[in-house]
Amino acid sequence: MIVGSQKPIDEIWNMVKDKKKVLVFGCNTCVAICHAGGEKEAETIASLLRMKASQEGKQMEVSHLGVMRHCEPEYFDPVMNDVTKFDIVVSTACGVGVNFLSDRTGTVPVVPGINTSFYGAVEAPGKFKELCAGCGDCILHLTGGICPIARCAKTLMNGPCGGTNKGKCEVSNEIDCAWYLIVERMTKLGQLDKLAQVQPPRNWATSRDGGPRRISLEHIAEYEAKEEAKAGK
Amino acid sequence: MKSGSTLEKVIASGKPAVTAELGPPMSADGHEVVKKAQLLKGFCDAANITDCQTAVVRISSIAAAAIAFQNGLEPVMQMTCRDRNRIAMQADLLGAAALGLKNCLCLAGDHQKFSAAGKLKGHPGAKNVYDLDTCQLVGVLKKMRDEGKQEGGDPLEVAPKFFIGASWTPMGDPIDFRPINLMKKVNAGADFIQTQGIYDMALFRKQMEKIRNMGLHEKTAILAGIIVPKSAMMLKYMDSSVAGVSVPKEMIDRMNKAKAAAGEDKKKMRELQEQEGLKITVELIHQALETPGVKGVHIQAIEWESAIEGIVKAAGLYPRPQV
Repeated sequence: MIVGSQKPIDEIWNMVKDKKKVLVFGCNTCVAICHAGGEKEAETIASLLRMKASQEGKQMEVSHLGVMRHCEPEYFDPVMNDVTKFDIVVSTACGVGVNFLSDRTGTVPVVPGINTSFYGAVEAPGKFKELCAGCGDCILHLTGGICPIARCAKTLMNGPCGGTNKGKCEVSNEIDCAWYLIVERMTKLGQLDKLAQVQPPRNWATSRDGGPRRISLEHIAEYEAKEEAKAGK
Repeated sequence: MKSGSTLEKVIASGKPAVTAELGPPMSADGHEVVKKAQLLKGFCDAANITDCQTAVVRISSIAAAAIAFQNGLEPVMQMTCRDRNRIAMQADLLGAAALGLKNCLCLAGDHQKFSAAGKLKGHPGAKNVYDLDTCQLVGVLKKMRDEGKQEGGDPLEVAPKFFIGASWTPMGDPIDFRPINLMKKVNAGADFIQTQGIYDMALFRKQMEKIRNMGLHEKTAILAGIIVPKSAMMLKYMDSSVAGVSVPKEMIDRMNKAKAAAGEDKKKMRELQEQEGLKITVELIHQALETPGVKGVHIQAIEWESAIEGIVKAAGLYPRPQV
C-alpha cells in the first residue's frame, strides 16, 4: 500500500490561511490504514484548522469529508458538486489522489495534507516499512524477494558495498543492509549461485526516469465500451 | 599492455607494487595537490586521487589527478558511482584519458550522509545517483577500452585505455559472500584490486586462501590495503566503527603501551604513538607481501602523506622499480 504521514499543521495552515471555505478531504484506503489521511484524520485536521483560525482571529469555515478512494473517479464523482463549492481542498490522499482530484476541480485549488512517503507494508501495529520502489522492472526473483532498489541506499545490483557493518547499512545502524539480507535469504534458498552472475546496467526508463508512466489494457477498455453500449448509454 | 601505466608495468614485472593515496583539498588550492604529489613522487608506483571521499566536496579526482600527473606523480583517478550517471561518467572517462590518465579505480562511494560527520555541514540532503554500481562501471570501462564502444553501443574512434581497478572489503559483512563479490568485479574486468585496510592479517589470509582456490589471484592483481595507524584511539575507532575492519586487541594494547610510555607529555604521547604506528605499518606490509596471491600494497597515510617516504624505505620497497 501507499504509506504517508501527516504534514505539520502549521504547514497546512499556511496553505489555507487566506481562504474562507476550506474542505479537508480524506481517502479511506491506503492512507487510512497508515493513520495519515483517512476520513478520521481529515476530521482531526479540520478541527485543528478551526482552532488555529480562531486563535488567529480569522473567519474560516472548515468542513471535512471522506471517500473510499481518490484514485478512481467513480468514488468521488458523487460528491464533486459539494467539493467544488469550497475555496480550497486539503486532500489527505496520497500524491496520486491530490493530482487526480486537482485535474477535476476547475478553479478550486487542491493542496496536500500529507507527505506521501513510500510503498510499504505494516511491519507491526503503527510501524510501516518501505519494500518496493515501483521501478517498473522487477528483479525480486534474483534477490530472494528482497528489493535492492527500494531497500539499499545505493540501489546496488551486484552485492553489498564495503559499508555493511554487522548486518547494518552504513547510513544508520537502525537500517538493515538489504544485501546482507539477500545473501542470507539466497543461501537459505540454496540459490546463492544466482548472485554470482554480474547484473548488467539497468534500463531506468522503466522507472520514473522515462517520464510519467502509463499502462493501457485495451481489452478492458473495449469490454467496458461494449458493456456501456449494451446498457444503451 | 592494456594501458601502459607504470602501475600496470610494475605489476607485470612481478615486483611488489606500491600505491599510496592523495586526498585533494576542500578548496580551489591546486598548490596543495602539488605539495602532496611532491611528497609521494618516487615512493610509490601510483597514487590514488580520492573522489570526494566521505562525500565531502573537494577538488575533483580527475582535476587533481591531472595536476599530480603534470608534476611527475602517476595518479590512479577514482570514480564513485554516487555522483554521476553513465553519461557523465563516460564523458569524464574520455576527458581523463585525453588528459593522459591511465589508471581508474571504480568505487560505489561513501553515502552522502558521511559528508556531515564531525564538524562539517556537508551535503547530507544531496541526491545520490547510482545509475551504475561498481561492477557495472568496471564493465563499462572494459567495454570502452576493449571493444571501443560506449555503454549504449556507440563506437569510440579513440578508446580510453585504462588500467581498471576496483576496491574489495575482504572482511566485510557477510564475510562468506566477499570472495563472490571479488569474483564479480574480476569477471566484470577489474585488472587490479585495492583492499580495505587490513589489521587482522590472520583473517585476511583465510580469505586469501579462498581467493587462491578460486584462482582469482591470477586474474587480477590484489594490492593489500594498509591504513597507517596514528594512535590507539584511531585503532579503537577503526575496530568499532569502520565497516569491514577489525583490529586485533594486541595491536591496540601495543599502541596503548607506546602512549603510556610518554607519561603526561601530550606531544610525546603523539610522537611515540606515531612511531609505533609506523613500525606496525612496516610489519603489516611485510606480512601482506608474504601472503600468497598478494601482488602489492596500497598504503593509506590519511592526511599524513609525508609518512610514505619513511614507510616505503623502512619496508625495503625503495627505490621503486624503473619500468
